Amino acid sequence: MAGVLGLAACGGSGGGGGQAAQSSAATGGGKQQVEVFSWWTGPGEADGLQAMKKIFEERNPNYTFFDAAVAGGSGDKAKALLQSKLQADTPPDTFQGHAGAELQGYIKAGDLEDLTFLYDELKLKDVFPAQLVDQISVQGKIYSVPVNIHRSNVLWFNPKVLKEAGVAAAPTTIEEFVADLEKVKAKGKIPLSVGSEWTVTHLLENVLLGTLGTDAYNALFKPGADWNSPQVAKALENFKTILSYAGDPQDDWQPAAKQVADGQAAFTIMGDWAYGYFHNPPEGGLGKKSKEDFDWAPAPGTGGTYLWLSDSFTLPKGAKNRDGAIAWLKVAASKEGQDAFNPKKGSIPARKDADQSLYTDYLADALKDWSSDKLAGSIQHGVSVSQPWLAAINEAVGLFIAGKDVAALQKALAVAAQANAQ
Amino acid sequence: MRRARSWLPGLLLVSPSIVAIGVFVYGMLGWNFRLAMTDQHDEVSEGEFVGLKNFVDLWDVPRWHVSVDHAVMFTVVFVLGALLLGWFLAFLMEKGIRGEGTFRAVYLFPMAVSFVATGIVWRWLMNSGTGERAVGLNRLFDVIGLPQWQWFRDPDWGMAAMAIPAIWQMSGYVMALFLAGFRGVPEELREAARVDGCTEWGVYRHVVLPLLRPVTLSALIILGHISLKVFDLIVAVSGKQIVTDVPAVFMWVAVFDAHDPAKGATIASYIVLSVAVFVIPYLVWSVRKERRS
Repeated sequence: MAGVLGLAACGGSGGGGGQAAQSSAATGGGKQQVEVFSWWTGPGEADGLQAMKKIFEERNPNYTFFDAAVAGGSGDKAKALLQSKLQADTPPDTFQGHAGAELQGYIKAGDLEDLTFLYDELKLKDVFPAQLVDQISVQGKIYSVPVNIHRSNVLWFNPKVLKEAGVAAAPTTIEEFVADLEKVKAKGKIPLSVGSEWTVTHLLENVLLGTLGTDAYNALFKPGADWNSPQVAKALENFKTILSYAGDPQDDWQPAAKQVADGQAAFTIMGDWAYGYFHNPPEGGLGKKSKEDFDWAPAPGTGGTYLWLSDSFTLPKGAKNRDGAIAWLKVAASKEGQDAFNPKKGSIPARKDADQSLYTDYLADALKDWSSDKLAGSIQHGVSVSQPWLAAINEAVGLFIAGKDVAALQKALAVAAQANAQ
Repeated sequence: MRRARSWLPGLLLVSPSIVAIGVFVYGMLGWNFRLAMTDQHDEVSEGEFVGLKNFVDLWDVPRWHVSVDHAVMFTVVFVLGALLLGWFLAFLMEKGIRGEGTFRAVYLFPMAVSFVATGIVWRWLMNSGTGERAVGLNRLFDVIGLPQWQWFRDPDWGMAAMAIPAIWQMSGYVMALFLAGFRGVPEELREAARVDGCTEWGVYRHVVLPLLRPVTLSALIILGHISLKVFDLIVAVSGKQIVTDVPAVFMWVAVFDAHDPAKGATIASYIVLSVAVFVIPYLVWSVRKERRS
């Protein structure tokens, strides 16, 4: 009976998984359900989740996996539903969240259990990079288990368009980047493609990191950080200059990436989830050849730094099936689980001991950089700033796109930092 | 006892809906206003009473001015556009064209579509790509040699473009209202005017239009309140971007992204108040009219 329930639930998880989850409390046939709440419903990511589910059910014959996924990129809709579930004190057994400051609201509201015990039991502090553990700790406690690592600071480009414009290699500094943008512009192509407003915030974090350097960038998110400094002003001026080369904004990051793939635009700065879109065969992707139709480099000025973000799982207080949730977290943290999930999702494991043969092409580059680079946390994707802080930054960037007023942007960013840094 | 028998069954019949409306509409409205007058700026804190502070502070937020300006522009273009187009369609219908029933159905159909579906289709139609990247309307304009536009992404006039799908959707409904109004004008009045030497245009100007005033007012109220709380159309076309921000979208961001319940409640209160400005005078007017007749 439970098996049938589980199957039916998985089938319906694309659209109405949230409602289906309401009726998931049933336990039958001695098997207990573990309700796993995520926003992985797209191609690749849903397959990765299924792969982890398989391992989970093999290891835990007493539990059935209940997929309570809610569709919608970067989890907007999922987070709204989650909010109402948490406020009604009916949390899922475990839910997905971006590792880092994005979870602060839940932590402050007392929704999450401290997972330090699990880190100690599984010796996770030895297998995750020390900088990662440091950047996701809140006052010495850790509240989530990172499953994967994505990179934000990737400059995607079309080698043919670059060659045509007389650009020999990908730019490594902001100054080179601006010069290259100018060369492309002279050829009548779109120098830099952008999507909706959040992709411009994504661009901002890359320009901030590229201008300030890793340490100064990371310091921006400490209490009392100075966002009014001349260095930040310099970064924002760079941002304005670079944005002046941007094409008409597209609906989202995919159409912007497609402009690069189709040779209409030269560059776009987007996270490494764009690799799957460029590379995968049609329907799921564009079926382009890497290094030939599209290529990549660290965003200008950010070589040697991994601007990271991570999807992670949590243990909500008051979970109906706490033991089941812990069993899921153990799979999510394991080498086996992460190596099953990540090649499908198009990301790399947070663990240092991954099986390197599973990761090819772009992912091989990423895995190599992950083990050697310095780490900095993404803004747009929830590592460095809390949700209210991010909302304030997005608001400032949205107003900047209309007004192009650097002083107003800097003031708004400083106010946002002062109100939210902790 | 006998008197109770006359009113008691009726009261019992309506009391469930009175209770439901009392709790879920007015109770929630009251709860919202109370929340708007506290400093509960995250989900955890208790929230102290701060009076109208949030209502005043909101005007210091640059984004609020942007979203209010957008709402005003959207309302003006949408209400005027739908009224004029609806009136014009009704005017044509009223001339007794052949196949009137079919046309009426065709013009009314968009009403049956949800704003979200409309928005998704129009997002594609109003794509801002130009030149060889043009799709949708820009492609059409390119072919027939009209200038290509940024549509809803235009920083100055984007909200006017956003009103186009709303006009497309609601003008058929306005047409139905006006058509009923036209038909309600007694033929004798028109004939009397014609006998007095009135031109056909004069008949409309001086006889029909004044008699349509109540219909126009109803249409204005219905369109106005839809317009002031517009949310689904905007989100379906553009998501939560500042370039098309309106108070309802701002409210959503304030509650679910910024996690600031008091701010969200304040914005919600302003939306309710702005709709009330439309609706309450109308209610007073119609109650008075009923009493008079």
